[in-house]
Amino acid sequence: MFENFSLWPESASTVSGPIDALYLFLVGVSAFFVVLILSALVLFSIRYRRRPGHSASPIAGSMTLEIVWTVIPLAIVLFVFVWGTRLFVRVQTPPAEAMQFRVTGKQWMWKIQHPSGQSEINSLHVPLGEAVVLTMISEDVIHSFFVPAFRIKKDVVPGLYSTLWFTPTKAGVYHLFCAEYCGTKHSEMTGQVVVQDPAEYQLWLDGLPAAKNPVEAGALLFQNLRCDTCHSAAGVAPPGGARGPDLTGRFGSDVALADGQSMRFDARYVRESLLEPAKRLSAGFQPLMPSYQGQVREDEILSLIAYLESLQPADGPANAPKDGDR
Amino acid sequence: MSADPRAVKPPSYLGGEYGMRSWLLTLDHKRIALLYLLGITFFFLVGGLFAVLIRLELLTPAGDLFQSETYNKLFTLHGIFMIFFFLLPSIPAVLGNFLLPLMIGARDLAFPRINLLSWYLYIAGGLFATYAMLAGGVDTGWTFYTPYSSTYANSHVIAAALGVFVSGFSSILTGVNFIATIHKLRAPGLTWFRLPLFVWAHYATSLIMVLGTPVVAITILLVAVERLFHVGIFDPALGGDPILFQHLFWFYSHPAVYIMILPAMGVISEIIACFSRKRVFGYEAVAFSSLAIAVLGFLVWGHHMFVSGQSLYAGVVFSLLSFLVAIPSAVKVFNWTATLYRGSLSFETPMLYALGFIGLFTIGGLTGIFLATLAVDVHVHDTYFVVAHFHFVMVGGAVMAYLGGLHFWWPKMFGRLYPEMLARITTVIIFVGFNLTFLPQFVLGYLGMPRRYHVYPEEFQVLNVFSTAGASILGLGFLITAAYLPWSLRFGRKVGANPFDAAGLEWTTASPPLPHNFDAVPEVRTEAYARVPRAVEPEEEPAHV
Repeated sequence: MFENFSLWPESASTVSGPIDALYLFLVGVSAFFVVLILSALVLFSIRYRRRPGHSASPIAGSMTLEIVWTVIPLAIVLFVFVWGTRLFVRVQTPPAEAMQFRVTGKQWMWKIQHPSGQSEINSLHVPLGEAVVLTMISEDVIHSFFVPAFRIKKDVVPGLYSTLWFTPTKAGVYHLFCAEYCGTKHSEMTGQVVVQDPAEYQLWLDGLPAAKNPVEAGALLFQNLRCDTCHSAAGVAPPGGARGPDLTGRFGSDVALADGQSMRFDARYVRESLLEPAKRLSAGFQPLMPSYQGQVREDEILSLIAYLESLQPADGPANAPKDGDR
Repeated sequence: MSADPRAVKPPSYLGGEYGMRSWLLTLDHKRIALLYLLGITFFFLVGGLFAVLIRLELLTPAGDLFQSETYNKLFTLHGIFMIFFFLLPSIPAVLGNFLLPLMIGARDLAFPRINLLSWYLYIAGGLFATYAMLAGGVDTGWTFYTPYSSTYANSHVIAAALGVFVSGFSSILTGVNFIATIHKLRAPGLTWFRLPLFVWAHYATSLIMVLGTPVVAITILLVAVERLFHVGIFDPALGGDPILFQHLFWFYSHPAVYIMILPAMGVISEIIACFSRKRVFGYEAVAFSSLAIAVLGFLVWGHHMFVSGQSLYAGVVFSLLSFLVAIPSAVKVFNWTATLYRGSLSFETPMLYALGFIGLFTIGGLTGIFLATLAVDVHVHDTYFVVAHFHFVMVGGAVMAYLGGLHFWWPKMFGRLYPEMLARITTVIIFVGFNLTFLPQFVLGYLGMPRRYHVYPEEFQVLNVFSTAGASILGLGFLITAAYLPWSLRFGRKVGANPFDAAGLEWTTASPPLPHNFDAVPEVRTEAYARVPRAVEPEEEPAHV
């Protein structure tokens, strides 16, 4: 029972130290106020206990005191607010250069795809010292990806991409928990995060069966799902003529919609267009595309997104006007 | 015999009429309060039984006592019964119902029939929830998060949802009744700033009940609609938005926390004033802080959603507002503590509960600051840190105040005193058991143990064993209380109108009060808690000597 017993969690990411510092500051402030209040309660209870010859003094209140004990706590919480918010922004903002992992959660397992395409279930191997970004989505109910040693957590929601990042600072094996109640085996939707030396990680990765990376897998899906019968991509036009917009260089740009509005062509838009193509139709096109609802898995959609993101036009920046834009 | 003044007194609200009918159709706020007391005690015992089973299962890391499915139903039903059928109605519907008219010198609440209807709605809601329990249970967590609750769960979600929905109307009607009563039925001379702080707290609570409850009622109904008719509201597979549910749910359920704690704060103000023999320090500050909590409480719901995927800016705004709502609570704690200064303190059971409340609520409130702090919340959200925090506020705060208030006004309600020494010892047992149960959970939470876990890694066991040990002590304390309070109804020492020598109109009428509360409409000429010398009748020996 006392094996591995500890009162403090392991600290293994670039943000875990700073979060611990803020937590300890809060523990200190709380301890101060608890001791202050308890001492006053005990002291007054003894000093002003009812006894013969002692009676209560009628004291109505004191405006000075009210102001003092409003302003001091206010100043403290505002200080904590600023500290906590700055740190939160840091925890929420991934670095520009990072390894992109794709995570899908479903009752009751985690499926994780490495940037090179290999997948693992309920475990995540990462190289020490490398920034890692997880792009996550759920196949069913809400889950939450929680690694206590890194002090990070983010809900994994159906129909919504969420991201989480970390840079591990210590090799080791750490708990991965689902933190949002997701049904019967919620408490078994756990796994481990294995932080390895980069060379060791590479060795481990090479030991897995080779797999297509997400861009290659997405390119293959683009053909298998017959996307290429209507959409031009990577300079290849559909044999029967394009009935949908050219998808080369479209990712990341703003596209005009048939209803006159415009929309950023991003992961969310790609996913929605696959599942509900008519909802936000590109301007100048007919609503001919069928819905792929129920025909593609979330990890496949993530591959398609990776493929589309990789399609940069040969002749200019991504945001140059293209066929279909106005 | 004719010399005994009691012989010529008219019967109290407990006497006079007898029989089931006279109780089940009563319009007397005092009798309705006792009906609530019965219902609430029943659901508290049911919820408590589930807590015992949960703690037993968590004694070991493996899931060896129950299946996961069963465990999930246990914590769900514990939450549903404790929150919707015990905590929310506890102080307002029992003590508030009994005391508001007495405290303001009225004969009854403004709408006695609606008051009775409220009780029937509460019981009807409770029956739906009980049906859900007996038919096989519900496993969504008391939070009913979608799309799990609306599409995936295979348990009796609709019956439980209907229970919450129906009992919500009880809450709304009680709120309306209290607001009307406080506005219209105050005795001559009883201005707003002469009201007991208990009344202020219930006024603020009623505002939340009336403004917040409809939102959760509709939200829960929408879950049932999506479940039954597959209308896409919250499930993205049907074109809905699961995060929308969380916004709607917490828009009520965070203010609901204040429905549970504000009346508790009102009770504490009354007890502290009585046993210090003083006016509450900073009366206006304490009164206005109740309103500030009620208003600000509606603007902080997003702090339940810092890691849900809501925008960074929304998170920042909700964090700031959540820090602000901490201030009025802190102001109250400081004022209660200052009330003791230069008082004349005695330590009967209600006072022990009140002092315990101040200590535990301080810890509960301060750990709320941790959760309002964005970067820290990311780590402790949905862990045992949160479980410990809200049990400090709900049990350490609301339940302690409920028990304190129940003991304080017990002689008023029944004309007999609880056994003082036994009650004091029990208070200490409950206090020790509570701390041993929940303090280790803060540590567990920071270590990373997620809540709602049926099985857990071995390194968390030691702290869980402490917690279960504490829960046994806590449970024992509750059982002793549940034994001696009914015992005292028959065997407790008879007391007069004002056994604790408290200020306040409710202590000027007989114990137990007359059916119509006061023989003559009282007139109020003094501030709240003003200690006016009263002629002491022979039967009115103070109980504490």
